[in-house]
Amino acid sequence: MTKRIALNVDGKSHTFEADPDMPLLYALRDDLGLNNPKFGCGKAQCGACTVLVDGQPIRSCVTPVDSLATSKITTLAGLVQNGKPHKVQEAFITEQVPQCGYCMNGWVMTTVALLDKTPKPTDAQIEEAFAGLKCRCATHMSIVRAVKRASAA
Amino acid sequence: MNHQINRRQALFGAGALTVTVLMPGVTARAQTIGLDKRPPLDARKLASYISIDQNGGATAYYGKMDMGQGTDTGVAQMVAEELDLPAERVSIVMGDTALTLNQGGASSSNGISAGGVTLRNAAAEARRLLVQLAAQRLGVAEGDLKVENGVIIAINDSAKKVSYGELIGGRWFDAEVEWNGEKGNTLAIKTIAKLKDPKDYKVIGTSAPRRDVAGKINGTQDFVSDVRLPGMLHGRMVLPPVAGASPVSVDESSIKSIPGVQIVREKAFLAVVAPKEWDAVKAADILKVTWSDVKPPFPEQKELYNHIRAAKPVASGGANTNIKEPEKVDAAFKAADRIIEATYEWPFQSHASMGPACSVVDYQPNGVTRVWTGSQKPHYTADGVAAILGLKPDQVRGIWLPGPGSYGRNDAGDAAAAAAVMSKAVGKPVRFQSMRNEGTGWDPKAPASVHTVRAGLDKEGKIVAWHFHSKGFDRLDVNSNESFPGHTLAGQLIGAPLKPGHTYGTPSESYRFPVKQQTWDVVAPFLASMSPLRTSHLRDPLGPEIHFANESFMDEVAFATKTDPIEFRLRYVSDARDQELIKAAAEKAGWQKRTAARRVQTGDLATGQGIGYSTRAGTRVAVIAEVEVNMKTGRVRGKRFVVSHDCGIIINPQLLTQTIEGNILQAFSRSLFEEVKFDTRNVTSVDWEGYPILEIGDAPATVEVVLLNRPNQRPTGAGEGAMRPVVAAVANAIYDATGVRLRQGPFTPDRLRAGLA
Repeated sequence: MTKRIALNVDGKSHTFEADPDMPLLYALRDDLGLNNPKFGCGKAQCGACTVLVDGQPIRSCVTPVDSLATSKITTLAGLVQNGKPHKVQEAFITEQVPQCGYCMNGWVMTTVALLDKTPKPTDAQIEEAFAGLKCRCATHMSIVRAVKRASAA
Repeated sequence: MNHQINRRQALFGAGALTVTVLMPGVTARAQTIGLDKRPPLDARKLASYISIDQNGGATAYYGKMDMGQGTDTGVAQMVAEELDLPAERVSIVMGDTALTLNQGGASSSNGISAGGVTLRNAAAEARRLLVQLAAQRLGVAEGDLKVENGVIIAINDSAKKVSYGELIGGRWFDAEVEWNGEKGNTLAIKTIAKLKDPKDYKVIGTSAPRRDVAGKINGTQDFVSDVRLPGMLHGRMVLPPVAGASPVSVDESSIKSIPGVQIVREKAFLAVVAPKEWDAVKAADILKVTWSDVKPPFPEQKELYNHIRAAKPVASGGANTNIKEPEKVDAAFKAADRIIEATYEWPFQSHASMGPACSVVDYQPNGVTRVWTGSQKPHYTADGVAAILGLKPDQVRGIWLPGPGSYGRNDAGDAAAAAAVMSKAVGKPVRFQSMRNEGTGWDPKAPASVHTVRAGLDKEGKIVAWHFHSKGFDRLDVNSNESFPGHTLAGQLIGAPLKPGHTYGTPSESYRFPVKQQTWDVVAPFLASMSPLRTSHLRDPLGPEIHFANESFMDEVAFATKTDPIEFRLRYVSDARDQELIKAAAEKAGWQKRTAARRVQTGDLATGQGIGYSTRAGTRVAVIAEVEVNMKTGRVRGKRFVVSHDCGIIINPQLLTQTIEGNILQAFSRSLFEEVKFDTRNVTSVDWEGYPILEIGDAPATVEVVLLNRPNQRPTGAGEGAMRPVVAAVANAIYDATGVRLRQGPFTPDRLRAGLA
């Protein structure tokens, strides 16, 4: 059974019919055409699907679409304001972090949330904030450089 | 976009226009040439490799791929160098079979050394022709002209000048090159032009930035999983709980609550296709299937290495590297004062790409069928899809977009074949993406193996005889490209025949021993077809495990003869560049000489340092790992890696360094965490909990890279060379820290604790 779902994503309101149990990821990608959250595992084990819900990073692959009617959702593209990338995006670009790039959504979104709360994170805080995120190309050295660059910006 | 053009169709037109191509479902991602104006792709035509844009920049057509290490940037630098253009004025077109020749795709780390060299040669020839044209136009002898930033200028009269764009911009070169008749990795051309002297290089050796970074970070880059076509359906496969089983019956009523789902069934191939992706996911999950009753095909996991040891080889190979007669090898061992032998074991490993593979196929029996793929070899992908669909190769166009990572023959090629079967069955474009359990559980695996190394020593402890023997599953049970249906999972499910490669490999280094033998045996797969343990290439195929054995054993023999491991290696390394390489790493790392494990321990934490060295197709790498072992938990952490790296002339030091870092960390992940688990029925490590990889907390504090630049040596590639010696360096560092010699990977806390007990 489908029902009417309302979402606010990157400052825009959307309504559409969907299975209320469907994970948010499929709504973003297939119903709204917002491709930056990626399907990595469907089990909240990798972070490729991360979006910010009211500033908190969540795994959209396991979050039911029907639980977010009053929330503000931000995707990777939504970080770009008036054509200007977020400072975290600028740091990741300067450090040329991504290789295949499929996981980057999770790392950038999580960095934004981390620095929002903890502008100058310690190595231990970085480790804690990113626990569970995967990068199969193993760009972790570049990621850490970018997080530190963004934190210094 | 003209949908009706195919790649080998003869098309002539007035001239190339630079236009923005809009691919259905894909927003404008690159400026490329007016396809309908281009001469047909022909390896004998210069126009197939390079063109001059109307603005006087150049576009090179690259039939290999960049998988995120910046290979395309390096190729642009090579082309720019020969054309006397800045790197940013050279565009690279790649990944579209309608626009590029088949240069083999991403393969063997030869994107620069083979693919780039071909385009460099084409660029030099283009420059020669442009100067010739300018000489005619300006009435100045060719020898009296110079080129600056794409402008050809009379040396003695700077008023006399003409730009590349003015000469030929928007038209195609009408010139031939001497082609060697090969396609794929071995495609090469000869031209008349003389190449630039490396001492005059301005662009090569600089850290030009990559082109794909901003799009991947700002969210404007489309990936293969983001392609959407009008009328496109979503597919999911249904694979058996017991490997090798086929569907006997399918209960369609079990999914009747989900609207619009179609079942695709052809022999053992079973899939569901639905207008909504989530519906396909649900339907695949709840579809009731009765599977054929097959005998569980695998042994218990603990029997893996016993099985390999006992199995009758299906193929054997290798060589006596410096002695022709096998009896002389036996004689050398018989004459030895002392023989040392050790055996090393390595598990199956998974590509475990970041996401499960995805592909979109739009089957058009009467037009051009298109396949969007993340495969690193889209030309071969298109050929395979054509074969599956019963079409001619020139009826299928392959279009690459970034996929969820690719480090060899992963599941990307399987996804394209599966999407093709589905699209043909339903007569609509189909986007197929696997689920995580298929991406990790059913991708082609790196083969499990057992390696036995034996050294004969004389009275002084010098090595007089050496035998390295590998026995393992096939390096190429399925081929490293997906051009034959039988080499893909979907192809096997629909009954396409498979001819396994039956091949393996040997260690690569420059050790000179009086008698040196390197041999291998390949054993048959547990299940000949439709197996989640079918084997193929994973980044640096066989490299990590073979050199784990080779380089661990070098340390074992060094310590058995009370010799420092680096000093010991340098006695036998016969290549001067390798000598310098090892010394550079030792110096940078502050190598501490030792003749036994040092076992430095503070509290529960022991620290150690170990080396690994190997070569790969001309590239040579030494790695010194520093690790910390928790003696209570057995947990290993990386502290510092020092890498010395010589891959000939360096094209782009920044991108090279980051490529090396990725290699080191990915190999470190394989050293510590990665082991495919299975029971008698199937692979059981099917997600990130079952198949963990390195996370940020496991990353070493530093990776220090010493780049040894060889301006007068050809470039030899960096995509895989630094993967190779890492496992051994880590094993040797663990030994230095603990005195525990691990001969079976990965180096998990369980194995460490067992060794420490």
